[in-house]
Amino acid sequence: MGRAWKFGDDIDTDVIIQGKYLVINEPEELAKHVFENLRPEFAKEVKKGDFVVAGENFGCGSSREHAPLALKATGIEAVIAKSYARIFFRNAINIGLRVLECKETDKIEDGDELEVDYEKGVIYNKTKGEEYPINPLPDFLKEILEKGGLVEFAKSLRERA
Amino acid sequence: MGKTIAEKILSEKSKSDAYAGDIVVAEIDQIALQDGTAPLAIRQLMELGTEVRAADRTHFFVDHAAPSPRRELSNDQKFIYEFAKKVGADFNPPGEGIIHQIMVERYVKPGDLAVGADSHTCTYGGIGAFSTGMGSTDVAVAIALGKNWFRVPESFRVQLDGSLPKGVFAKDVILKLIGDLGVDGATYKALEFHGECAENMTVEERLTIANMAVECGAKAGIFESDENTRKFLAELGREGDFREVKADEDAEYEKEIYMDVSSLVPVVSKPHNVDNVAEISEVEGTEVNQVYIGTCTNGRLSDLEVAARILKGRKVKEGVRLIVVPASRRVYLQALDKGLIRVFVEAGGMVLNPGCGPCVGIHQGILADGEVCISTQNRNFKGRMGNPNAEIFLASPATAAASAVKGYIADPREFL
Repeated sequence: MGRAWKFGDDIDTDVIIQGKYLVINEPEELAKHVFENLRPEFAKEVKKGDFVVAGENFGCGSSREHAPLALKATGIEAVIAKSYARIFFRNAINIGLRVLECKETDKIEDGDELEVDYEKGVIYNKTKGEEYPINPLPDFLKEILEKGGLVEFAKSLRERA
Repeated sequence: MGKTIAEKILSEKSKSDAYAGDIVVAEIDQIALQDGTAPLAIRQLMELGTEVRAADRTHFFVDHAAPSPRRELSNDQKFIYEFAKKVGADFNPPGEGIIHQIMVERYVKPGDLAVGADSHTCTYGGIGAFSTGMGSTDVAVAIALGKNWFRVPESFRVQLDGSLPKGVFAKDVILKLIGDLGVDGATYKALEFHGECAENMTVEERLTIANMAVECGAKAGIFESDENTRKFLAELGREGDFREVKADEDAEYEKEIYMDVSSLVPVVSKPHNVDNVAEISEVEGTEVNQVYIGTCTNGRLSDLEVAARILKGRKVKEGVRLIVVPASRRVYLQALDKGLIRVFVEAGGMVLNPGCGPCVGIHQGILADGEVCISTQNRNFKGRMGNPNAEIFLASPATAAASAVKGYIADPREFL
């Protein structure tokens, strides 16, 4: 269980991690600067198991993989958004950051306590006593996740060649 | 059943009969990386621990921090250089220019499938290639195997009718389209451009439009290749690389969009989102502190030419910094030969070496608190140019140049 950190629509990769930090390659260091301009307290107060909750088009903008890497290193359990920008979504799957698609994030407020049942595909809002369905991933992406990310998947792709 | 350009290219490269929605594993023709994303890709490649199959198709560029302003970045750039040499990949040092400009000048051909560790890799659609941006891990896999997986996108057919009025440019067309679609209006889709205006556009204009496809979420922005494409390649000494790429007449599109460009006026994107588009009259008079002309969107010769036409014999308004950055060494040399660089310098502007310049907020022109910049780049996100307390307006090179002269956001039509 963890608390929701609520954000709006079109959260771009420059907001997640500024271009000037691309020089940092250690995920734990990157994590200290997540959402620095938008919510400076986030990086200091976020706890392992928390959730980043947002609206449409999360992760739009740059292809920088530092964005999902930095988010993952904050220790959050998952990002929950109505929709994702294409490159961010692919990057997140590739590096093993959980990105859940859920159309009902408007019902979640900042500070709500959430829990996720991945098998059932349901998000429980403990604060409000509500539950919301997660849109399932395409089978091909599940296969990548089950293999443990793209690097492991690529090794199997190589055998197929 | 007929195919869109995206379906045709992804079918050919995956040796399959692919349609929108299919997932294919496809052979990749060209791979590009820049100094911001390459170090991570190289580390992932080492993690993969396999041989590097596609080194001969891999191109590294140092353009985002070029030349390096910090020793950490210098170390990263050295790491990239040493890796490229070790595996025999192409390496382009600071000063060569922007990744996407050089990929188009030298390597990418119509009909190619190209990927890059940079979101604006979609630029190559301007010459009829299918190209898209990916993250470092995806690109590492492409370098290792020479292939990767793709979901064949649905396409939007964008019909650009009419001809561009005076003072209205390709940049205005794509800003208007993004304003209409919204920043996620084409997520996962390919934009395929047709119509009289698209057919009459030079390749440089098409590159500006394809470059910004990602700003409405699109995976690619593609034009058919034609005689204009052949001419463009011939001028680069690459006529042999020409190939006709056309969509089938009976191809299926998810959506058809019509725009009569004859009725357009100059537009800008207001802070802090690209789809926050306004007609020039709504923002005219907004004071600016910095004007930036360059980038992978608008740093080509025709962009510098129109800016020089407006700046020739005039001065940049006192208190305004004008920064001009040619997109590549080739563009820089052409601009020198044509006397454009002299125009910018005499007008009171600064001309920096080819590269991304101030667009990424790492160096060269970081804005002060409360400052306003009008730029020809493709993004105006909060903090994009290194300061979250500054504002960025996006516009065509003509609008940017006119604003440099006036000291406020100005309509370029009175100068043309």
